[in-house]
Amino acid sequence: MKLRRSMLFVPGDNAGMLSTSFVYKPDAVMFDLEDAVATREKDSARLMVYQALQHPAYRDIETVVRINGVNTEFWQKDLEAAIRGGVDVVRLPKTENAQEIHELEEHVAKIEKACGRPVGDTKLMAAIESASGVVNAVSIASASPRMTAIAIAGFDYLVDMHTRRSDGWEPELFYARAAVLHAARAAHIDAFDVVYGNVSDDEGFLREVRIAKNLGFNGKSLIHPKQIDLLHRAYLPTAEEVNHAKRVIAAAEEAHSKGLGVVSLDGKMVDPPVIEEAEMTLQLAAAA
Amino acid sequence: MKVTKEAVAGTLESSDLLVKVAPSDKGTRDIVIRSEVIKQFGKQIRHVVTDTLDKLSVSGGSIVIEDKGALDCVIRARVQAAVLRGCGSQDLDWGSLS
Amino acid sequence: MSSAVERLRTQDPTLGQLQLFAGANAETPYLANLDTKLHRKLCGSLEEAIQRSGLKDGMTISFHHAFREGDKVVNRVVDTLARLGFKNLTLASSSLLNCHNPLVEHIKSGVVTQIYTSGMRGKLAEAVSNGLMKRPVQIHSHGGRVHLLQTGELKIDVAFLGVACCDEFGNANGSHGKLNCGSLGYAKVDAQYARQVVLLTEELTEFPTLPVSISQDRVDWIVKLDQVGDPSLISVGAARVTNNPRELLIARRAADVIEHSGYFNDGFSMQTGSGASSTAATRFLEERMTRKGIKASFALGGITGGIVDLHKKGLIKAVVDVQSFDGDAAESLRTSIGHLEISANEYANPTSKGAYVDRVNVVIESALEIDLDFNVNVITGSDGVMRGASGGHSDVAAAADLTIIVAPLVRSRIPTVVRRVTTLLTPGESVDVLVTDHGIAVNPTRPEIEQRLRDARLPVMTIEELRQRAVELTGEPEPLEFAERIIGIIRYRDGSVIDVVRQVKN
Repeated sequence: MKLRRSMLFVPGDNAGMLSTSFVYKPDAVMFDLEDAVATREKDSARLMVYQALQHPAYRDIETVVRINGVNTEFWQKDLEAAIRGGVDVVRLPKTENAQEIHELEEHVAKIEKACGRPVGDTKLMAAIESASGVVNAVSIASASPRMTAIAIAGFDYLVDMHTRRSDGWEPELFYARAAVLHAARAAHIDAFDVVYGNVSDDEGFLREVRIAKNLGFNGKSLIHPKQIDLLHRAYLPTAEEVNHAKRVIAAAEEAHSKGLGVVSLDGKMVDPPVIEEAEMTLQLAAAA
Repeated sequence: MKVTKEAVAGTLESSDLLVKVAPSDKGTRDIVIRSEVIKQFGKQIRHVVTDTLDKLSVSGGSIVIEDKGALDCVIRARVQAAVLRGCGSQDLDWGSLS
Repeated sequence: MSSAVERLRTQDPTLGQLQLFAGANAETPYLANLDTKLHRKLCGSLEEAIQRSGLKDGMTISFHHAFREGDKVVNRVVDTLARLGFKNLTLASSSLLNCHNPLVEHIKSGVVTQIYTSGMRGKLAEAVSNGLMKRPVQIHSHGGRVHLLQTGELKIDVAFLGVACCDEFGNANGSHGKLNCGSLGYAKVDAQYARQVVLLTEELTEFPTLPVSISQDRVDWIVKLDQVGDPSLISVGAARVTNNPRELLIARRAADVIEHSGYFNDGFSMQTGSGASSTAATRFLEERMTRKGIKASFALGGITGGIVDLHKKGLIKAVVDVQSFDGDAAESLRTSIGHLEISANEYANPTSKGAYVDRVNVVIESALEIDLDFNVNVITGSDGVMRGASGGHSDVAAAADLTIIVAPLVRSRIPTVVRRVTTLLTPGESVDVLVTDHGIAVNPTRPEIEQRLRDARLPVMTIEELRQRAVELTGEPEPLEFAERIIGIIRYRDGSVIDVVRQVKN
């Protein structure tokens, strides 16, 4: 199971950040060619990201490139740079419907063939940033076997909904979060929560992380390296959870060695999902 | 590729570099490098710049580099961007970029 | 009576030096007149003080750097000396900063021909590195300077000491006036060893002025000046803890190292340098101290607002201050009973009868370069030009139980971890742990520390691996080329020569 707690946004034309972001060891790094890059710098940023993708320092970190949307003049050139550079996942912003994913994957396959990369190698993720995106989330999430994750982008979505962020429980994001999460789980892909923009408010950030974690999000999009450590520690299982997980795994192994079809612990049956969850818990604990 | 107009790419931020290209009437290739780390990496920077230009088949033009301690991959990207802008070309031969 | 004295001399020849009483004020003529009795030290101008000090060509003058970049004393005094035609002076300042660039002209014109300092920066350092001076600059540590004064190698003829306030007899401090610099730790030493001491102040206060950092019994002359320092550069508030994520990462890691080092116990003592990661580390230590109920017995330094903050929260019992780095530290010295001002001798002199550095458990300092043997360079930059100060670096490293160096692995394109340092200032045998943003390396002489850090699952690797990583990023740097001529001598704290700085080649 690939850990995807943290996805660090790195502006594609910022030389300093491209040269140092791997140090913070996020689970995934997202090189941005879209909103973080001015129109007249998109060509230069593309080349910077193409080079950065091939740098050995990023070898052990999952790489993502946020290309420009399919309604812009840039997305195909962005794909060339990303795929030829060896990106792991292409992130499509402002995804409205499954058709956009189909259009995207067609072009991706073309480029993979042209540059000798195995067709199907490049994965996709969709960012939901509007009401349409939310209501189409289910079909978007299952639009392609390449789909590996779906994210909700709070700011643009709220603008589309004619509202804004509030403090605390944030009911204005509730439906969107729930919808995107359900779409992700139904399609068996990962789900990412919104960016928290107030970099100097650690407590506010952690409050939001707890909400996302309790809802079941795999992780969160981050805009500042200091958020990585805070997020990883919030996702750490408690000692109790770890102990329980160990016992579940031990019970499963025992059952397996005895050739038993059913696993039980403390007199209760342990289903396969429970075992999977225990494995995930131990993986999260080990990643600390 | 032929540099047909003046173009600039990059910035003077730390870890970045500013690359200015211009056509040369002499038909020669003239590379000027100014760098914060010229003593330790001057040779290496020149090597990366000439290699990048060679792969793009840029045989003539004036190239001025103002380096602020950029890594090789950044140097390559900015030189490529400046050359492409200076050629007025939008089409990339990706094979020539690695 | 004269016959009695004669008799004494013949009766006991060892009493030959006894003189006959010649009047109540024979040796203290100034007591005969009220004006001279009370006001004799006050000089109407700097020129007058210089004249009365008996300063001559070829002598040694000294200064302290408690006013940091806001200092106006050095430039004012040397400008005046230049105007008065002085030549061939040796200038001994506890440190020299960017604001002292005007010295370049005075060196060119022969006013100053030798320098003793713990460091230099900016245009002055650049000029010296390019061969400005005939005689090599002597670079010493803070403790080492006191040692040089005690051995007599450094003999101060006239010390020009800026102070926040003083009375007409010379009782002075740096903390209870208007232009407060805080601790006068370095000035105290000069006041003790100089033949003539001139105090410069913007504020003459009532006699007696308390508290007494420099006492009247060490002061010869006092001059009131319009400007001794620039308040905007001295009395600034505590530097905000950095927001730079890399510096924060390194600082947090350093706090992790301390937490698991085995030295993080109730009553431990600490020192942090002035760099961003060093000062940020205090904030991360605070959470750990609070969590584990650990209080520090004292913090030594180089005191910043961050340390003062922990002191106010009751987490650091005593603050031992040889230099106040910011306005918060100066204010704390003024108001807190637990904030103690000490001299450079009490701070770090290896041959003092008791130096505070000897009692430090953990110190965090920075480095420009560190090599595979853990030797540290804080003096010369990547281009071979001087840009830093020895300061207390080697003093504390030698004495502390655990010396931690914090630094980014790569600064722009310059690797911090190198095969061999350009200039050796602190020997590797004094350095225990290197903390970078890429990982931690422990000196092989401390296997127990390495084991503890590995057990705590901290990212420990060899220093060779760290260097490899640096080179993978930057490429292998070309070795720096220097001319043969030596322009600086690095004096270890005991006075021995540990390295030299050569002139840069251009």
